[in-house]
Parts: sequence; C-alpha cells; structure tokens
Amino acid sequence: MRIILAAAAVVMLAALAFAAPWLQFVLTLAIAKGFAALGVAVLLRAGLISIGHAMFFAASAYGAAFLARAGINDLGLLLILSVLVSALIGAIAGSFLVRYRAIFFAMLNLAVSMVFYALCAKLYGVTGGTDGLPVPIPAVFGIVFAEPVFKSILFYLSLMLMVLVGLVVHRYLDSPLGHALSAVHSNEIRLEYLGIPVWAVLLIAYTISAALAGLGGAIAGLAIGRVVPDFAFWTASGHLVLIAVLGGIGGVPGAFIGALFLELLHSAAVTVTDAWNLFVGITLIVVIMFMPQGIYGLFERKEAQSS
Amino acid sequence: MSNAIIPLLLDSLASAALIFFAAVGLTLVFSVLRVLNVAHGSLYSIGGYVAASVCLFIASRQLNPYLSFVALLFSAVFVAAILGPLIERSLVRWTYGKSEAVQILITFGLFLILEDLQRLVFGVQSLYEDSPMRLLGTSSIGGVVYLNYQILLVAMAVLVVVGLRLLINHTRLGRLITAVVTDREMAQSIGIDTNRIFILAFSLGVFLAALGGALATPTSGIAPGLGADTMVLAFAVAAIGGLGQIEGAAVASLIVGFARVLAIYLVPSLDAVAPYVAMLAVLLIRPYGLFGSVTARRI
Repeated sequence: MRIILAAAAVVMLAALAFAAPWLQFVLTLAIAKGFAALGVAVLLRAGLISIGHAMFFAASAYGAAFLARAGINDLGLLLILSVLVSALIGAIAGSFLVRYRAIFFAMLNLAVSMVFYALCAKLYGVTGGTDGLPVPIPAVFGIVFAEPVFKSILFYLSLMLMVLVGLVVHRYLDSPLGHALSAVHSNEIRLEYLGIPVWAVLLIAYTISAALAGLGGAIAGLAIGRVVPDFAFWTASGHLVLIAVLGGIGGVPGAFIGALFLELLHSAAVTVTDAWNLFVGITLIVVIMFMPQGIYGLFERKEAQSS
Repeated sequence: MSNAIIPLLLDSLASAALIFFAAVGLTLVFSVLRVLNVAHGSLYSIGGYVAASVCLFIASRQLNPYLSFVALLFSAVFVAAILGPLIERSLVRWTYGKSEAVQILITFGLFLILEDLQRLVFGVQSLYEDSPMRLLGTSSIGGVVYLNYQILLVAMAVLVVVGLRLLINHTRLGRLITAVVTDREMAQSIGIDTNRIFILAFSLGVFLAALGGALATPTSGIAPGLGADTMVLAFAVAAIGGLGQIEGAAVASLIVGFARVLAIYLVPSLDAVAPYVAMLAVLLIRPYGLFGSVTARRI
C-alpha cells in the first residue's frame, strides 16, 4: 500500500513538471531541500537537533563551484565529489560534535555553521564574498546541453536520486544501526551497557546526514547556478529543521513531503504577499501543537486505521 | 598607537554593551523559564523600530529633542508590556517541560512571524534617527575624541548588571524568582504563583532586548535582518557566559567585543568571524559556558 502511494507520488511529480515546466525549478529546489531535511531528520531520530546543517548544504554547493572552476565538468562526477566533500566535513565536525547532547549540540552546530558562514561572506578573494560564486552548467556524459534542457535533466535526475537515496536511507534507518539512533534517544546509557558504541553510531549518522545535506546543496547550487553565503546562514538551518518537522520525522517520505509542501506554499504565497514567512511560521506552530507526527503522520495514521 | 587603540576600545566597549542587552534577556529567560527563545533577536529589532519611529516623530514635530531619551526608554517598556505577556501566555507557556527541539522550533516559528510582521508594519527601508547621539555630543581625553553616547551605553549596561543582581538578591520578587529557578515544583507547592513569575521574567527579558534595540538605533540605524543577526550574536554571548548566567553574559560580551577589536587589528576581514570562533572555542572546552555549572548536564 505504502509503496503504491509513494510510486504514485513520484509519477505525479514527474508528470506535474512535464505539464507545468515553470514548476520544474520549484520542484528541483524542493527535492534538494528535502535531501537536506532528511539529513536533519536522521539526527532528530537520536533526539539531536542541529541548527547548522545549512553549512553542509552550502559547503557542497561551494564544492561544486570550486570543482567546476578546477576544470571538472561532468554532472555525475561533480555531484559525487561535492557530496564526498560535505561527508568529509561532516565526519570531521561530527567527530567532536557528537559528544554533546541536547541544547549544547544545537548550539555547537550553530557556532560551527556561523563560523563557516562568516568565512564565506568575508573571504572575498576565495569565495567571492556575499556575491557568491557561479556554478556553471556541466556536461552530462560529455554532452553540453542548453540551459533549459540541462535543468530538465537535473530535475529528473533529482527525482530518480530521491527514490534511490530514499530507499537506501530507509534501509539504513531500518537496520540495527538505524534503530540504535532511537535507542540513543530513549536510553543512551543502556546502549553503552549493551556494548554498542554510542559515539560511533552517532558519528555514522552525522556523516550520513552531512552527505544528504551535501547532495541537496549540490543540486540546489546547480539548479540556481550560483552559491551565496546565505545558503549557510542560521535561518536556512532553521528552515531545514522546520521542513523535517513539518513533514514528520517518522519516515523518509516525511522530509520530501515537508519540502514540497513548503516550496509550493512559498511559490503560491509570493504571488499574493511578501510576508510568506508569516504563513510558514504559523503553519509550523500549528503543526507542532496539533500534529506532532507532521504531515506524513496523517498518512500513517489513516493507514493504521484502515489496516 | 594609543590614539588609535583608545577609540577602538571604546567602540568595542559600546558594542559589547549593546550585545549584552540582547544576551542578558536571553539568558535571564532561559534561567527562569528553561526555554531558549529563538525569537529574542526579533524583540530586539522591534524595540529598535518602535524607538526609531517615535524619535522620528519627535523630530518631525520639532518637540523638545530631549524627549527622545524618554522615548527610547518608554518604547522598550511599551514593547515589553504588550509583547511580553502576549507571547508568554500564547506560545512559550505551551512549551514548558517539552523537549528542546520543540522549544526551539516553536520560537523559530515565532521568529519567522515577528520578522515578517516587522516588515509589514515598518516597511523594508532602514530607519535612521541619531538625535539622541548628537544631543550628547563628543568629549575628548588626552586628544582622543569619543561620543558621549557610547559612555551612556556602557553606563547603562553596568546599571543593568547591578540592577538585576540587586533585584534578584535583595527583593521579594528576586527571591521568588530564585525559588522558581531552583525548584519549580517545590516553589509551586509552597504557594508561589509560578505563572506570574514566568510572565514577569519573560517580560523583563523582552524589555532588556527591546531596550538594547532602542539604544542601538541612534548609533547604527535599523534595517531588516537585524533581528536574525542579533539573535546569533546574543546566542553566542549567552552560550560563552553560560546560559542563565547574568554576570557570565556581561563578561562574555566583553570577550566578544574585544575579540572583534583584536580581529580588526590583526586580520580586518575576519572581524565578523571572531564572535563565533570565540563561542566555538569556549563551548568545545566548557559546553556549559565560562560561568555555567556542571549540573547543567552535558550528556
């Protein structure tokens, strides 16, 4: 049942972008943010809230810009390398960050990401300062496409990656390693007594979440064609947590549902008013107060009732 | 050399005072309510907007310019009296005892709402009204010229530290607050009206933030985005000093102020990085901050 629903949703997205090409960019961005929110959701499973994941999002987009400048001009290679860059940064930062819990974890992530943000904004010679860096259109299997064609390819590639990576993350969350995350949340000391190294469990989760945020960042950078320091600002990190919670941290689809919901709400709201954050804020508060399982929780609950 | 350093020192003291106003409210609210208010920076900028608007009004009507000092103070009181109880009753109260994730998200939602409300009410252009600063003029010591307004800022910050300490240690309200901070349930069971304490403490935090914003407008004006920038700085200062520590926040804002001056001297392009590097360095070694106690549990 759930598989059919998910497949229907993916097909619908593909058709939607085909029918309304102007939506394609919005949907690509939504999927990109969905990846990053999924990364945040992985950590939320362990009860760790990171207000700093936009750093990995931005790091990977900057990575793509630098790699392109260094002469790497292949979409696949760019994506893989920039995800590896953010995974590496995640592993390094994670190795000391996962020792902390609760509010200290949140604050340290914030501190690291703000150092990164300030560096990106200030090192004009390297990062282009607040102007950012261009991310040129790369070749796909050696063929350079025109911009609209490339954007379409990027969208369908993102859609495919969403399914593939989603399945992998689903497998991961369902594995002993993934279940250990919820165990960290409920009783960390018992986990240590069982002989499971909490530090390693969390470091793996942190690296995976950084890689996911990186994948999102690379896609976003390519879709927008530019990366700016604001990618890493703390409000961007806040939005990622918001998306994860809005969608529901229960499962993989939640992050993408949250991202799609938010991006569509955004494009609908900007036609009416500038103050779309107002609606987002109200939605967020309503969701947290009245639907603690998020939007995805609605589907889950219905399914539980029907079966 | 000293001619160059003294104005910078004064600058850093004055900017430390401004950051301190934002951070001390955040830390006070955290210590009493156990809630990290992510919307605190917005309250700072709302205070600034209200004060700037009132000062501009005074200037346009050509009223007595000294009224603008009264306006600075009363706009902070005004913001605190309206928004403090309103936000505490409607939103923050709901998060007591919930996980940090929920508290951070609810107040982040509030932050988004307040940021947009400000843009709707006050527009997107920046406001600038420096009559309070011009009125006080400049002085000079040993050939070094400085703004009297900066001295006022530093004096106000010192006043706030002393005032808060006196309030907490030597008044009935202060003792009640201490009791609630120490053991909320016990305080409730011996008949302390904790709800009232929460409203008062939260409104006091709002007042301090709004006062900071109001006092900052004559020096630097106010523009959209100030709330978000102030938020992280206040966060950094509160975290360095130890969440919930008033004197800690004072020392931390000095550290951040001087770190900036040092950065300006050594690597000018990195002055914006300095506060966060300081925060990172302190938190990695002492996650509970310089003045925090170990009982604020780490694991």
